[in-house]
Amino acid sequence: MRVTRALNEKSLPIIRYQQLNCIADRFAARIANNASPKNIKNIMSDALTVAERRRPWLLLAPTLITLAVLMVIPMIIMFTYSFHVYLGNGRDQPDFYLGNWAEFFTDGYYHYGIWQTARIAAITTVMCALMGYPAAYCIAMSRFRRKWMLLLLLILPFWISFIIRTLSWIHILGEQGAINATLRWLGLISEPIPMLYNEGSVIMGMIHFLLPYMILNVYVSLEGIDRNLVSAARTLGCTAWQAFREVTLPLSLPGLAAGCLLCFVLAAGSYVTPLILGGPSNFLFGNLVFDAVMAELNWPMGATLSMVLLILLGAIAAIYSRYMGLSRIYKGLSR
Amino acid sequence: MKMDTTKRLERLVERYGNGGLERRTFLGLIAAAGASAGIMTRWSGTALAAVSEVRFDGWGGIVSEALRKHAFDPYEAKTGRTVVEGTFGDEIDVLTKVKASEPGALHVIHSSGIEWYKRYADLGFTSVINEANVPNLKYVMTALIEPFRKVTPEGLSAAPYDYGTTGIAYNTKYISKEEAEELGANLLIKPELKGKIGALDQMSTRVWYGALQTGQDPNNIEDIDAVWAKAREQRELVKKYWGSGAELMDLLSREEIVVTDGWSGRIAHLQQEGFPIGYLDPPNSMAWMEDMLILKGAPMAECEELVNFMLEPDVAIAVAEGQNYPPALDPTKVTLTEKIKNLPAFDPTGTMKNLTFADPNYWAAHFDEWEKQWNRIAKGA
Repeated sequence: MRVTRALNEKSLPIIRYQQLNCIADRFAARIANNASPKNIKNIMSDALTVAERRRPWLLLAPTLITLAVLMVIPMIIMFTYSFHVYLGNGRDQPDFYLGNWAEFFTDGYYHYGIWQTARIAAITTVMCALMGYPAAYCIAMSRFRRKWMLLLLLILPFWISFIIRTLSWIHILGEQGAINATLRWLGLISEPIPMLYNEGSVIMGMIHFLLPYMILNVYVSLEGIDRNLVSAARTLGCTAWQAFREVTLPLSLPGLAAGCLLCFVLAAGSYVTPLILGGPSNFLFGNLVFDAVMAELNWPMGATLSMVLLILLGAIAAIYSRYMGLSRIYKGLSR
Repeated sequence: MKMDTTKRLERLVERYGNGGLERRTFLGLIAAAGASAGIMTRWSGTALAAVSEVRFDGWGGIVSEALRKHAFDPYEAKTGRTVVEGTFGDEIDVLTKVKASEPGALHVIHSSGIEWYKRYADLGFTSVINEANVPNLKYVMTALIEPFRKVTPEGLSAAPYDYGTTGIAYNTKYISKEEAEELGANLLIKPELKGKIGALDQMSTRVWYGALQTGQDPNNIEDIDAVWAKAREQRELVKKYWGSGAELMDLLSREEIVVTDGWSGRIAHLQQEGFPIGYLDPPNSMAWMEDMLILKGAPMAECEELVNFMLEPDVAIAVAEGQNYPPALDPTKVTLTEKIKNLPAFDPTGTMKNLTFADPNYWAAHFDEWEKQWNRIAKGA
């Protein structure tokens, strides 16, 4: 029995091919002696030498240690902090105090914050999808020989600081900004149009920040579609629009969904954009965390709210993974 | 005489070599030196490393520019030590940093005065200055130093440095001086100015002005609900709650807003730049003083030397002229320039009796409750 039979012998270096065959022979011998199907998985694992079994862990160790130190442990600390008691004036003490969680569950202010965050993030995501899909389609279908240049242009804004990119909107949307100044110069308006420090400017700022994520995800998905399918649809009598609707769009939906997930999660976790471009009532849940930690020095409540945000966004990612598979995002990032 | 470790060990070897020290004693001392080096904590490492540089955190913008030009550059030239600068928009940012970091990470802060001083003291972040190392404290107004002594009777941790007011800045193209003086604090809630009003996103300022708008004493508010009602009323009219001096100046200069409460020095700077901005201190306008606070864990000798240098009359006057805030120097002891005498909030008597400062104990007692409530109101609650 040769497990590697399906592999193309020519596609592998000889040494690697021989190693695979060696492992396969060991599997075959063990399975022949103990052919119970439920034991096959254990047999395959046992057939690897100790060194072979350790190798993936050794390779993963730096990443796992980094993740544990920089993400898992801080999250555990944050979670335990949510049970501390806030004593006032910036002081707190360790305890098993449920008051912070009780306050979150019973206080409508926080619930409104979640609703407002979900609403603004959803609007941003839909706008990104509507604007990002045509752009990604144009790039993917372009016959331009230097397509990489289009993609480079797409990620060019990432070379500039996020804060500076956000601040730049003040000089575009402001009363003395580029748009109002142009409209006044053209004589189209006499009084400046208020475009800054409201929900619209917050959403605009977030679209500016998130649109490349959407375009890249959709582009990867569109690039993976076999063009022959569209040609076949056209040959069978579809119009260009029908071919797009029946073939291209359904096949690109996973990329669109991955882009939507990224945009929604990043938008919902944002707090700088509302701080710079928002008015008094344009805030997201992240701003409530900021207030609790930075303004009130109430770290236990800040930790509680941070955990809430983490759980909610994690739940959204989990639901997405259940129905769409997070592998779409990995695929998008790996291509 | 101060001696570094290398010199001390060299002298030890020399004594041993000359027969002035028994072998057992010599080895014992070497072992002790090794042990002390071995058990050195990272905090002491930070403190030692900091001797070649002093960390200073300030307000950025024109204030930091003035300090850099008139105080830090000359100090660096004189001592060979570097002043590493950090900036913040709101002092709560820096207090959070202090809380999150180890003692010694931050050294000197351009702090917002007595009520903030009390907060640092209550959290155990203050140090004790050896006043013999800061002889220039004798030039500072007694009226400014005494409140600090009351908060930390065991010794000062800060030296008062400048003072100013948070008054009302208005664009004279849209609001006349007469109207501003007539309405006073109520100019900030004039319905006709809806969408053109700015306000500092800070609880203490909002409560202070709410108290003035409801006719109450900001240091003894009897009806806080009335103050919150005014805050809500203003929120509906406000275009932007600003968070830093740079943002304040940007909003006013671009005419995004035409009236706001603002810091006297920043407004004076705009006026000097030629912008049509008027400034008004209504009765009981919010006065504050700023101090150079040396934090616990900072290298004291070096920080004291820096603060003393900054309090040199020539240096303090140059900084004051640069940042447009009067210095804490007593005008009865030091001759100040005409420019300083014409700055907003300047008190020629040196007694500070014309200005209303926040009562640190009163405000500290209400901080948590009011801060939380203000954050909610600012967001529409």
